[in-house]
Order: sequence, then C-alpha cells, then structure tokens
Amino acid sequence: MTVIRFLLDGLREMFRGPREYWMWLGALAAIVAFGAWNYSQQLTHGLVVTGMSDQVSWGFYISNFAFLVGIAAAAVLLVIPAYIFDRKDIKDVVLVGEGMAVAAVTMAIMFVIADLGRPDRLWHMLPFIGRFHWPVSLLAWDVLVLSVYLLLNLAIPFYVLFSHYRGKEPNIRLYFPFVVIAMFWAISIHTVTAFLFSANPARPFWHTSLLGPRFIASAFASGPALIIITLQIVRKVTSYHISQTVIDTLALIMTTALQISLFFVGVELFTDFYNEGAHAASIHYLFFGLGGFASLRTWIWLALILNLIAVVILMIHPMRRKTLFLNIACVLTFIGIWIEKGMGLVIPGFIPTPLGEIFEYMPTSVELGVAAGIWAFGILVFTLLAKAVIAIRQGKVRQAPHDPHYTL
Amino acid sequence: MSSDSGNFDKARRRFLRGLGMGTAAAVAQPAWGGQTFQDAFADFFQKDYRRMSTEEIEEALERIERKAADRYGVEIDCTNTPPQPGVVFGYAINISRCKGYRDCVQACVKENNLGRDSQVQYIRVLELNQGDFNLEHSDHYYDPETVPVEGKHYLPVQCMQCDDPPCVKACPVEATWMEPDGIVVVDYDWCIGCRYCMAACPYWARHFNWTEPEIPAEEMNTDTHYLGNRPRPRGVVEKCHFCVQRTRKGRQPACMEACPTGSRIFGNLLDPDSEIRYVLANKQVFRLKEELGTEPKFWYFSD
Repeated sequence: MTVIRFLLDGLREMFRGPREYWMWLGALAAIVAFGAWNYSQQLTHGLVVTGMSDQVSWGFYISNFAFLVGIAAAAVLLVIPAYIFDRKDIKDVVLVGEGMAVAAVTMAIMFVIADLGRPDRLWHMLPFIGRFHWPVSLLAWDVLVLSVYLLLNLAIPFYVLFSHYRGKEPNIRLYFPFVVIAMFWAISIHTVTAFLFSANPARPFWHTSLLGPRFIASAFASGPALIIITLQIVRKVTSYHISQTVIDTLALIMTTALQISLFFVGVELFTDFYNEGAHAASIHYLFFGLGGFASLRTWIWLALILNLIAVVILMIHPMRRKTLFLNIACVLTFIGIWIEKGMGLVIPGFIPTPLGEIFEYMPTSVELGVAAGIWAFGILVFTLLAKAVIAIRQGKVRQAPHDPHYTL
Repeated sequence: MSSDSGNFDKARRRFLRGLGMGTAAAVAQPAWGGQTFQDAFADFFQKDYRRMSTEEIEEALERIERKAADRYGVEIDCTNTPPQPGVVFGYAINISRCKGYRDCVQACVKENNLGRDSQVQYIRVLELNQGDFNLEHSDHYYDPETVPVEGKHYLPVQCMQCDDPPCVKACPVEATWMEPDGIVVVDYDWCIGCRYCMAACPYWARHFNWTEPEIPAEEMNTDTHYLGNRPRPRGVVEKCHFCVQRTRKGRQPACMEACPTGSRIFGNLLDPDSEIRYVLANKQVFRLKEELGTEPKFWYFSD
C-alpha cells in the first residue's frame, strides 16, 4: 500500500539527520523524561504535590492550556492567506503552521490531562461508553472542538503531503471544504476556551463578554510571534526556502492584533477601576495586590511592559522591518501574552474566593517539571512533523518511480 | 416498606460478601492497591450511579464496604436509600441566633467522614463586623478565646443546593446532578477530578481530595450512603449533601442536630406544615448571591 509506504518514509525522514539534529532530539527527549518523572510523582502522591488548593483550584496547568489553545488557533492566520487568497509564498509554509497547530493542541490536551485528579477515568468522557455532558458543559465543548481541530490539522496536511509524495498536485476541490471548516474551527477553539471561563458568574473576573475577543486578539499576537521565530529557525537549519514576504505579512497581522489586545486590556482596566466595586477585587489583586498579598503584581506589570515595548517596536515601520527588532518584539510578545493569558488570567479568577478569602497560589517544582516536559514534548512533535513536511515538500521523500502502485 | 427491603438487602449483601471474600482470598493476591484483581477490575469499569442496575449498585456497595475494611480497618455499612417521594429539602438559618460556635462544622466533619489531615470542611462560618455584610471583609479563621465576640456577627455558609446548580452544568461527565429530593450529589466513582464545578460554584461549596483522606478508624461513621458520607477516594470532588444518609431516613442533618442555639431549620419544602415553610412564610428571608440566578434552596433570616 502506498499510504503505508508514505507513512514509513515519513517516519524514516523524521529520524534521519546530522549530529546536531540528534542532539536536539536527545535534549528534548531528556526534558520529556524529566517531565514524566515529575508526573509519576504526582500520580503517586496525588495533586497534593502541586500548589493548588480548594481556594485556587486551577493553576499553572490550566494557564498553559488556555495559552496554547491560542497558539493552535493562530495557525489559521497562515491558512486563510494560503488557501483563500492563494498566496503562493504562504502556501509554502502553511503546512509548517499546521504542524505547529498539531503540536499546540497536543500540548493543550496534555495540560488538561495533567490537571485531572483521576486520569484513569478519562474514558468517562467518551460518548456512549461514558457520559459526555454535551452540549451543556463548556468543558465537553472544549474537548469536542479541540479533538476535531486536531483531526482537521492532521487530515488536511496528510492529504496534501500524500499528493506531493506521489508527485501529484493535491485536488483543491477535494480538500477546500475542509480548509473552510478548519478556518472557522480555529476561531471556535479559542472562543470556546474563553467561554469556559466567561461562563461563570461565580467568578466576576472571568465573567465578561470581552473575554472571547480578548482571547482571539492576544492569540493573533502571540501565535504569529512564535511562527515568525520558528520560520527563521527553519530557514537557518534547513535549505527550505521561506520568503521574507511571509514574515512581513505575519508581522503586520501581529502588530494589529497586539494593538487590539492592549486596547482590550485598557478597556477592562477602565471598566473595573472607574467605579471600583466588589467586581474589581480580582483585578485589584492582580495589578496592585489585595490585603497584603500580591504575588502576581510583578508578573502582570512585566507582561504589560513587555507588550507595550513590543507594540512600539512593531508600530514603527523601519524598526519592524529590521530582523533583530522584529525578533525582540516577537519574544517580548510571546512572553507577555503567556503571562497575561496564562497565570494572569486563570489565577486571579480564584482570588479572592467567592466567599471573600484571599489565598495565594505558587506552582511547585513538580508542576514546573511536568509543564517543562509537556512543552518539550510539543516541540519534539513539531520538530518531527516539520522535518518530514519539509523533506516531502522539497521532493526529497517521494514515491519510488519503480513502485508498481505508482500509477494508482 | 423501605426499611424492610433495606434489611433484606443488607442480609443478602452480607451473604454475598461472605462468598466474595472467600473466593477473593483463594484466588487473587491483594496487589491491586490492596484490592483483589476482581474488585480493581470491577471498580475501573463501574458505570455511573444513574446507569447502574440494582444488582450493579449492590455489588458496588459491597466493594465500597470491602475497601473501607481494607483501608481503614472498619466495617462500614454503605446504603443506597432512595429519595422519598413528595420531599424536596430546604434549609434556613437564623443569623441573629448564630453565635459562631462552629459546632455544626465539627459535627459535619465527624458525621460525613471528612479527611482529618486534609481538613476539608463543608461548612464555613464567616465572622463579620456588625453592620458589614461584605464577604471580602469576613474572617474565615476567627479564633478568639470565646465567641461571640462583641461587635461581630456570624454567617454560616455551605452548599446552597441550588435548584439551577451551575456546578451540575459545568461537569463534563455528568458525575454530579440534582436528586429528586433536591440534593445536589456527586458520584465519587465517576468524577474525573477536573474541578470545573469548583470554578463554577458561587458559594465555594465544593472541595477536592488533593490527597487520600485520612480518618482514624475509631472516628469513622459506619452508617454511610453511596451519594453521601462513604469514604471518598483521592482525586475527586465532594460537597455537602444535606446528610443524605440521615435525612432520607427522616433524621435531621448533623449540623442542625449539633447547633446549640437552634439557628438551623431544615425540612421538606413540599410539606406546608413544615417548620421551614413556616419560616419562609413568616420571616423576612434572603438568599446569598440570589442575583446570580442559581435559585438556592438555602435561606437566611433574622428575628
């Protein structure tokens, strides 16, 4: 079967490379192993080894989850210009972007599973065998949209690459409907993730209709930031041609999105602080501290400053066009949004508790270790996917001409 | 009628238990977390409470009793008393009487086999300054020589058994639901421990077993209910269930029984002659965070 040959050839390509490539894979695998060891500690002793409590019942895991869903959704920023506007330069990298989406969704799902008290009961979520509380539970919605998004981002590149492998042009009519679905789906995954939080009147900090738009805006800043950096690395370590016009387009999208994202932050701050009621307690805790507790204050101001510096760099055209400055802006944006939409969003929702208690949260070494392992796993997945994608796109991996199935 | 069939069930289960223990001892090594392989296997594939057949529930109760014997060295009796028809429970607290003794908290811990080391408590009594009702100004851990303290007032908070419970909507696996008698319960054997319900609850009524709950054998309440105070596993959420193991047999919840001031009034909202209905009809009552629309079945009033 050609499909099996295709998969085998793809796999072989993933694990073929110079010494540096193997060292990179080895380093990632070592961090994954470190994460797995930390997770085994958590499985043995229970979630008591984390910094979470009845007061702050979600922490570092769910923070990373919320952020990573945004990264996954941002792949749509390559999908739209590539397939709808038929930008040839972006078509060359869209598969890399989809590989990133696969890695990001994988990490997001892993973070949720790491957060579960009873991962052994995950099958309770399966429809029919278990009890899947859909469409009522927003968490059920999130599981559904993330799973389908993962499948879409596996299936479309699979078809396109399989066509290339056989030396054919993929039939656009065949996969275009799925591309359209994937576009809307990308928006849906991050909107549903925002709804997961904003659906709770019990948590005034999250209970705002601006949360969905904020999630999308910040994702469309942090996503391109990561893609820009990644594409430059790919350009450096492979012979794959990546047009500068791709990076320029992404930089422009990122500039606009970051402006909107910061505007939304300002809107939140105004609404909560102009007439400061009980509703503002969480945001007060976040930015200024509350009752002598202020463990997130430094972080959120840092995030705000990083994003402000980034947006200034991006808005000054000559600066944005300089690779060095663009890269600085990308790194600042990525870290800034990671803080803001991660810990800065999830933790204050729990402080103070609905009964007015202030109880702080600090991730433990186990949580940090598990998180490092999951991130390394995601990067590993992306590396392997990108390696195979590029080789197939370059025609280095293709069906052997003497294959009897060649004509099929 | 129900107590008759209950006795029969118990006898039948004792008999089955004898059989089960015998075979288990003969066949399997207790290497499965102290369980036999059969029990561990059956536990893993156990269906959710509402989809189990009568036989399956009986077997589950058996396993729960065996597990408690193994883990705590205590013979418990785990029942499955159904809701009584024509009963919906409600609660009211007279806050002008509450003096902050927290006897209700202690009674609840004992009655409901709450983890002693994890210090889970279903009831929180908040201490507030007289004239202040802002929960953010409340003291959760007040510890004076004697209560009541001059110039303070006390507000006990626990699960409000909302009639439109946001926690139930949140659960992705339907491990928590409202029973016909109005009690919001958790199937501890179905919960996956995602804690979304805890984020959804406006009353901070849900608690998570971050660690294996520890209960001294001599303090174990052996009269337990599947949906109530049976020993909980690690990694699942639990909450106040209006002492389902007591109230479905016509007894008062432990917190009400323990209250030395008579502040607590519990009863059947569908019975027009009940005390709770008298309170609702004749006192100025209010509910906490009523504006969130969760319809708590838990009222506060004062003299």
